[in-house]
Amino acid sequence: MEILVASAVGILTAAGIYLILRKRTFPVILGTAFISYAVNVFLFASGRLAVNQPPVLQDDVTLYSDPLPQALVLTAIVIAFGMTAVVVMIGVGAYLSSQDDHIDDLDEVPPGQQDQTGDAS
Amino acid sequence: MSHWVIAPVLLPGMMAAIIILAARYHPMLQRTFSLATVGICLAIALGLLVSVADGTIHLYQLGNWAAPFGIVLVADRLSMLFVVLTLFLAIPVLLYAMGSGWDMRGRHFHALFQFQIMGILGAFLTGDAFNLFVFFEVLLLASYGLMIHSGGATRLRVGVQYVVFNLLGSTLFLFALGTIYAELGTLNIADIAARVAQVPAENSAGVRVAAVLLLLVFAIKAAILPLHFWLPATYSTAPAPVAALFAIMTKVGAYSIIRFYTIAFPPDLEVTQGLFDTWLLPGALLTLAIGMIGVLGAKRLDRLVAFAVIGSMGMLMTSVSVFTPEGIAAALYYAVHSTLATAALFLLVDVVRTRRAGHDLHWVQAPPIVGGALVAGMFFAAAIAMAGLPPLSGFVGKLLILDAALADPRMAWVWAVILTSSLIAVVGFSRAGSVIFWKAHAPMPDPALRETQSDEQPTPEQNPDHHSEPQPALPMVAIGTLLGAIVLVTVFAGPINLYLNATAAQLFAPGPYISTVLDTPGKVITYTGKDDHGDKGADKDADHKEEDH
Repeated sequence: MEILVASAVGILTAAGIYLILRKRTFPVILGTAFISYAVNVFLFASGRLAVNQPPVLQDDVTLYSDPLPQALVLTAIVIAFGMTAVVVMIGVGAYLSSQDDHIDDLDEVPPGQQDQTGDAS
Repeated sequence: MSHWVIAPVLLPGMMAAIIILAARYHPMLQRTFSLATVGICLAIALGLLVSVADGTIHLYQLGNWAAPFGIVLVADRLSMLFVVLTLFLAIPVLLYAMGSGWDMRGRHFHALFQFQIMGILGAFLTGDAFNLFVFFEVLLLASYGLMIHSGGATRLRVGVQYVVFNLLGSTLFLFALGTIYAELGTLNIADIAARVAQVPAENSAGVRVAAVLLLLVFAIKAAILPLHFWLPATYSTAPAPVAALFAIMTKVGAYSIIRFYTIAFPPDLEVTQGLFDTWLLPGALLTLAIGMIGVLGAKRLDRLVAFAVIGSMGMLMTSVSVFTPEGIAAALYYAVHSTLATAALFLLVDVVRTRRAGHDLHWVQAPPIVGGALVAGMFFAAAIAMAGLPPLSGFVGKLLILDAALADPRMAWVWAVILTSSLIAVVGFSRAGSVIFWKAHAPMPDPALRETQSDEQPTPEQNPDHHSEPQPALPMVAIGTLLGAIVLVTVFAGPINLYLNATAAQLFAPGPYISTVLDTPGKVITYTGKDDHGDKGADKDADHKEEDH
């Protein structure tokens, strides 16, 4: 099970990093989503892996699953979900207003946006 | 237990909701509420600042739960310093936003502004690492909204970059927190400090990874060199009042580094040795150098100021990474100074941009701007402060940093980079000022036309729409307030330094902080057996357990 969880985190992160290095907005957003899935699994595992154990400390219980990471993961999921929604909205707005969804080439500002002075540089 | 500690976090949060729900269509109400909230918070924060000045540490346990289990807010000298600085900065920024009409160029400016203040203050006050993450998200989410306030293609595109970069930063933060929790079983900063000291050196790999990851996360926020790419475009494209408020956002990163690496991973801790000498100091020096070179190389005034921010963060982090009480005190002084100076510069850039209509901020000749003397004078003062020339506070701050670096083995490097980069910054700023203000004159009109025009007022003909109406006074008052604050910080450098030295001393003796957080009694759940639990939560858990079996 450890190898399964560890490789899941690794593969999700690798896929996420690959996608983030793409040039267009949509794959980049997908990449951030993948990485946030990876971190959710990782956070879950930070309380040690235990299957079918009660999430509570009691006197007669020796094996338990840690409840705190589950709360942390819940917070992280909500935040990541909201952030993804925000970035999708801003990305759509940027695409619609400039007809271009490349994420990296900001120096090539669409004509007529900035250089009204005829600055040759 | 003083309930005042949570007021600076709660008030802006509640007010933001009220502004959205009740004052949505009432601009004047929004402005009044917004300004009043910041004013009240500033009054409360000043009261708290006075009460922590003698070394008292206020602890606020949320829901009255005892420390490692519940979330705590801690107000000590360091956090109150930054809280007061934030709120003090927010007032002129708000005045500017109102005076220049920025706040009405899109919707919900004031609500987002309040959420932003809430997130920043929460980040300064919290004593829990995961709560710090949550407040980071609050301030980031508000900053995304503010960053793209009033829209525009360029702003939206830069906004996407900014959001994606910070999403990655947040994810890295979560990885760091997960590692800390897996290694130490706690996320309370004081509790981390207590437990990390017991980690044996041979089992410390996880703790070291976590310490480095955390440093990376905060370095993204503080824009330290390889991680500074988000800053120039963001700051130069953001609306001016927002950019001015963002002056404090980089300081959140610096604050977190100071907080974590004095208390949770103190410099004498064996497992995280060398983090500062090996990584942070060279990074900070490079940041300083690149920032100031950027000041010289920038093609536009707004990017110049953005690079000056990077340079000032480099200076600040250089002082932090010397990591002596003197270094931290100097860094804090520089943080106060550079926050005020950057905010003033960003607001001035916006004034220049509006009055230089059609010519934007490139280095091209343009007609003199209206009220040029006043704006130029203010720019001159702010640039002197930013470049660190006497007599303003930048010079005092730089002197303190150079003095603190004297004892460091790498003193030669620090001195060389700081002095050279200051020279470059002076050149960069003087070129900007002379092109924009001094050499400003109208492009040669037709000779025939020239005869008919009077020499005194060539400008109204150039831009009648911009120059016919009188310029509002409130923006200049706001900038004047910031410059006045810079002068005050310079004049009262002595008393301020006494406080900052006391702050640094408190940071380097974290015992009282840790014991205040961990030893203050509060609610705990004591499970005493199946028949004797009065707590509802425990009841439910027990039921679940029975179902499972």
